Amino acid sequence: MSSALDQIFVHAKHWLLSLFAGAPNWLVQVISSLINIFALLAVFLTLFALISVLERKILARMQNRYGPNRVGPFGLFQPVADGIKMLIKEDIVPARADKVVHFLAPVVLAAVAILTLGVIPYGRNMTAFRIDGGILFFFAAGSATELAVFMAGWASNNKFSMLGAMRAIAQMFSYELPLIIAVLPVVMVVGSLMPDTIVAAQGEYTLGIVPRWFVFTPWGATTFLLFFISGLVESNRTPFDVPEGESEIVAGHMTEYSGFKYATFFMAEYLGMFAVSGLAVTLFLGGWHAPARVLELVPSYIWFFAKLSALLFVYIWLRATLPRTRVDQMMNVAWKFILPMSFTCVIAAAVWHYAGRGLRGWLWSLFVIVVVYSALSILLDTRRKFARRVYRFAE
Amino acid sequence: MNGAAFIVISVFTLAAALAAATLPNLMHAALCLVLALLGLASFFFLLGAEFVGLALVFIYIGAVAVLIVFTILLTRRDSKQHHGVNWSGVLVAFAVFTGLMWALLRTQLLSIVPPHIRALTVKQIGQALMIGYVWPLQCVGLLLTAALIGALVLVKEERR
Repeated sequence: MSSALDQIFVHAKHWLLSLFAGAPNWLVQVISSLINIFALLAVFLTLFALISVLERKILARMQNRYGPNRVGPFGLFQPVADGIKMLIKEDIVPARADKVVHFLAPVVLAAVAILTLGVIPYGRNMTAFRIDGGILFFFAAGSATELAVFMAGWASNNKFSMLGAMRAIAQMFSYELPLIIAVLPVVMVVGSLMPDTIVAAQGEYTLGIVPRWFVFTPWGATTFLLFFISGLVESNRTPFDVPEGESEIVAGHMTEYSGFKYATFFMAEYLGMFAVSGLAVTLFLGGWHAPARVLELVPSYIWFFAKLSALLFVYIWLRATLPRTRVDQMMNVAWKFILPMSFTCVIAAAVWHYAGRGLRGWLWSLFVIVVVYSALSILLDTRRKFARRVYRFAE
Repeated sequence: MNGAAFIVISVFTLAAALAAATLPNLMHAALCLVLALLGLASFFFLLGAEFVGLALVFIYIGAVAVLIVFTILLTRRDSKQHHGVNWSGVLVAFAVFTGLMWALLRTQLLSIVPPHIRALTVKQIGQALMIGYVWPLQCVGLLLTAALIGALVLVKEERR
């Protein structure tokens, strides 16, 4: 019974395909892909609508106010109202803008975000796009984000847009490196770039209760934190929303966008957030595996989305808690702390592997990480060098 | 199916490459170059070499294209002017094309029907790189590290 419930969507797809049993092979392939695409879009656009209202509710709760509560029960129909508002707004394109590139930028950004969602396994046998180098595909597709942001900033022909695009690219490049290197330990330990294999490698349980997710090893926990922070920066979320910086440069590369194009940018940002969180769940939190063997009765996709929602909640929580960081501080952290730490995690994962993957490996990798962390903290400590602050450009 | 896909991708890639070479606006030309590279990557996908295709997208579209775009932005103030035909560029392009065609036509491989082999997995590529070609790989790594350090030295702010 539980396995039937677990595979219900897979069976539904097979049933749909069986309707086209007489069709030629390529047509069946095309239809199969279309079903996958449709399912992905339906699920994640619904999640986007849901999270946009939930985010405002949670932020409101944390800031001690009500939040949206007028449209529908508990304000749940707010996204519908927002959507209608965005659609009927006037679409303004600056007279001196590069019309074609200005139009293409949000399209490319959203397309890239949707592509990256394809390789993540959402449940048992539920990967939309199975490919041998799935992790590589994720980053290859994601790397076009920078180009799309640049297109938006350049085509708008506005200094705020250009500044925002420059900031965005600087920040994305700086944090893409630690993001990719943070994936390396997992890929190394599993020996595969395929998300499904990585999830399968985390499927066992120690003593039947403690799952063997990578987050429960010292290197895994550290890498997960680094990955999460880098992912936060990559998706331009609030402690690191320097590219948008409403109080400094209006809205960065989105300044000259209005109406539905602005909504597309917004959507791409959220889809990117889902993709990075989904990858974090896949790599470190055991993907769609249940946290204990007994709980495997609950379908796998429910576990995946539970973990995803937990991560998204942390995103929102951070947004409500932290102010925006300064650009130079953010870059300093990326190059001087996060990058060396992610290299350390690669070494710690190797130590864990060669010390037998048991308790001994656990302690040794913890030792490596603690040593490097302490060394970095001592080296990067600026308190001893405090001098009178000199302002170069503001007097 | 594959033949049709080949023709579609070829037309797309060639059109994008032609646009990249002829468009008067340099920024548009750079973006068309990205499209042409995307077409090249899809050729690799068509041949079953997923890893090479993905690496092409990752390096050329993710890094090199952004580098080109930034170079144009930071060096040219007249990126919208038309500069006329650059004859030396045409000459170099023609020379490269002739050289490549000459090398291609001389190879024996063209006349042989390729045996049906399964596409390489990433694991096989990794094993080949780390076992058979480990010295070339290390040399390339050293070269890139040297380039990185050199770039850092060049842009380093002088201490006052």
